[in-house]
Order: sequence, then C-alpha cells, then structure tokens
Amino acid sequence: MPHLGLSPEEWQAVALSARVALCATLVCLPLGIGAAYLLTRRGFPGRLILDAFVQMPMVLPPVVPGYLLLLLFGTQGPIGGWLKTHFGIVIAFTWQGAALASATMAFPLMVQPVRLALRMMDGRLEQAASTLGAPPWRVFFSVTLPLAIPGIITGAVLCFTRSLGEFGATMAFVGNIPGVTRTLPLAIYSYSHVPGGEAPALRLSILAILLALVALLASHLISRRAERLLGYRAHAEP
Amino acid sequence: MLSLDLTARRGEFELRARAEFGTGVTGILGPSGCGKSTLLALIAGLLHPERGYIRLADEALVDTQQALFAPAWRRHMGLVFQDGLLFPHLSVRGNLRYGYRGLPPGERRLGFETVTDLLEITPLLERRPAQLSGGERQRVALGRALLYSPRLLLLDEPLASLDQRLKEQILPFLRRVKEEIGIPMIFVTHSQEEVDYLADHILPMTPGRLGQDLAPAR
Repeated sequence: MPHLGLSPEEWQAVALSARVALCATLVCLPLGIGAAYLLTRRGFPGRLILDAFVQMPMVLPPVVPGYLLLLLFGTQGPIGGWLKTHFGIVIAFTWQGAALASATMAFPLMVQPVRLALRMMDGRLEQAASTLGAPPWRVFFSVTLPLAIPGIITGAVLCFTRSLGEFGATMAFVGNIPGVTRTLPLAIYSYSHVPGGEAPALRLSILAILLALVALLASHLISRRAERLLGYRAHAEP
Repeated sequence: MLSLDLTARRGEFELRARAEFGTGVTGILGPSGCGKSTLLALIAGLLHPERGYIRLADEALVDTQQALFAPAWRRHMGLVFQDGLLFPHLSVRGNLRYGYRGLPPGERRLGFETVTDLLEITPLLERRPAQLSGGERQRVALGRALLYSPRLLLLDEPLASLDQRLKEQILPFLRRVKEEIGIPMIFVTHSQEEVDYLADHILPMTPGRLGQDLAPAR
C-alpha cells in the first residue's frame, strides 16, 4: 500500500472512512431517489411531515441524530435489541454503525439534488411515455431515472463527501474506537488532542481537503458529460 | 367510434364536451385557449374529468358514475404533442421503438421501415433529438405514435410550433398517414386551412364548449 508518509494508524482511519462513506452512499442512493420521487411526483397525506423529516439532519446539531440512533439501535434500544436477540447483529460501536450514522446525516444531501432534477424535468415526457403504453414502472426506469442522472450523480458525490466528514453523529452513536469507528475526522480530532499529534493531524487534514476537491471535480465532469449525453446542450451536427 | 360526454375543470377553467367521433380524420377547430389540449388530454387519459364518460367502440374508458378510469398506458391511443416531446436521452431509433417495443408482435400493424420510409426519417435514425430541426422532430414524434399502432391517433396542434414552410412540409405526411394507414385521427388546431386540407369532419369549438347543443360558457 502506498504510504504517502502516513503511519499505519493513519491509513487505517483513511481506509475505514472510505469504506464507511461508500456504504453510506450505497444505502442512501435507492432510498434518496425514492424519497425525492415521492416528494416531487406524488401527493399524499403527510408529505410535509416526510419533507421535514428528510431535511431534519441538515438543521439539527449532528449529535442529536447520533444520540437518537444510539437510543434506537443500541443493544438496549427497541431496534438494536430486536436485531441482537433475533439475528445476533450488533450495530452500535461497529463500523456498520458508523456507516448508518453517516447515511442518516448525508441523506438530505442525496435527496436534494435528485429532487431538483426531478422538478426541472418536463413532466410531460413522462406523460408522453405513458401514452405510448408504458406502465408506471417502465416510465420510471426508462424516462424519469435516466433524465435525473446528473442530479443523482451530484447527490451521490455530496453524500459520499459528507460521509467522509461525518463527525458528531458518529461520535455519539459509535464512539471513537481506533481501527473500528475512528474515521478520518475522528482521527484528526484525536491527534489534535495529544502531544506531538500536530503533524499527523495536519497530514490527514490536507488529505481530507484533497479528497473533497477530487470528488467535487469528478462530480462536475461526470454530470457535465451526462448532461451532454442527455441532450441538454445543443451540439453541432456530426 | 369514440363518444364522450363530460365536464372537466382545471382551476377556473371549465370544459363541457359532448361529441361523437367517426372514423377518418376529425378536425376540432377553435381559438387558442378554448380547451382543445385539455380535451385531448382527457381522451388520452392524462386528466380525470369531474364527471361524465368516454367510450371507444364498445369499451368504456372513463365513467365517473362507476368510478371507472383506464390509465393512459392501457388506452392504446397515440398522442402527438405540439412540441413533439421526444425523449432527449434516446436516439431517434430509440424514440421510435419506445411504444413499438412494448407491443406483442401480433399487435404491430405497421412495420418499422414502412413508417420510417413513409415519413422520410430513415437517414435520421442514429441522431439525437437535439440534432433535429423542428420539422424533423415532429415527423419523428408522429412516427413514434404511429409505430405504437394506436386505435386512435390524437394530434395536438402538431404544426403550431412550425413556420409556414415546415407546415407545408409536414401536412402532406399527415395526409399520407390518413390515406395509406387509415388510423382514425382527431386533429386539434386553430387553423381553418389545416382542417380544410386534412379533415373529413369538422367540429367547431368555442371557449370551454364542444358540441352544438350545449349552452355557451358564461
């Protein structure tokens, strides 16, 4: 493994962060697309409540969702206890728990761009598809989803980078256990509190900045390419 | 063929329509904003009427008294929109095949090449909608609806967004579709010239009203 001047413990934190962020993004993708679709295309009672609930993690102090996750998914909690007695699964204080905390916090960032993409889309294209005999599921997969791709990519990248940076909820839900739940931000925090930790803290901070820049650049390039493929830009005759 | 008697509401606007449509081409002629597009959307199944019924041959598509409403995708009609509404992420071929692909082969009444030749769009198949001119786009939209072998073809001012030269380019294609394929059509327009050229029967429409025996709108 290339070390780039990082110690094994520092690498462990980076690799753990990547794993947690990837899992959180994979969880958020289908759920976020579903929520965005419900919020833009379907009128139902309780829509405002769902809307507020989806936005909530963005406006709450992160430690609050983290604490609620601990109450629900802790081994004594209603869901955590049930999972433990029936499946022997423990989420609290594991890396899977860190992924759950990250997913919860990053969820609004997944939903928002997809929602915007759906709202900007000409809904009559979906109507055109239905007059061509496409049942709702086919309209969704053949028209709605492909046309929302730029928003989905942006959402996934924001979700991934937000998960890389997750701190408060992770700390409250799964703690700061080296090699288990000590992700990049938690490692930086820990290093900054011990004597002689300035250098590793700075190295990891620079790495975090680089990762964020790369992710933003990648999302920009990918969504621009997707927009061109979707015909959002007029192009010259071949 | 198609018969309807209904009341629909869109915000402040109220539409009352009662009519029988035969085979051939029926032209609905009326000024902009009289509810022509609303009427077609009701027939296609994109809007729910407040009350009334729509029947195609012996099949009830909508009957509010029986709480019956067949969704658009089960009605097997073609609708050509004013601005074509081609799928921007699909090639011309992908657009043309969209409805065609979903049909069981036995229900495909027109061959793919028959339609692309008739509309002279064969050279455009690999292009994207963004690379088409307005007239080409409308021909592809018409081809997409035809390849779905609809029981009834609804045309919502398909020429309105085109200039005079392009109109004259498309009208003969519509006439060819009428003469060579014989699908019943309902053609909505505000142009007397177009209905004279294309329609077998003409139904005049006034704001919010279709059907001569109905009281005019307030």
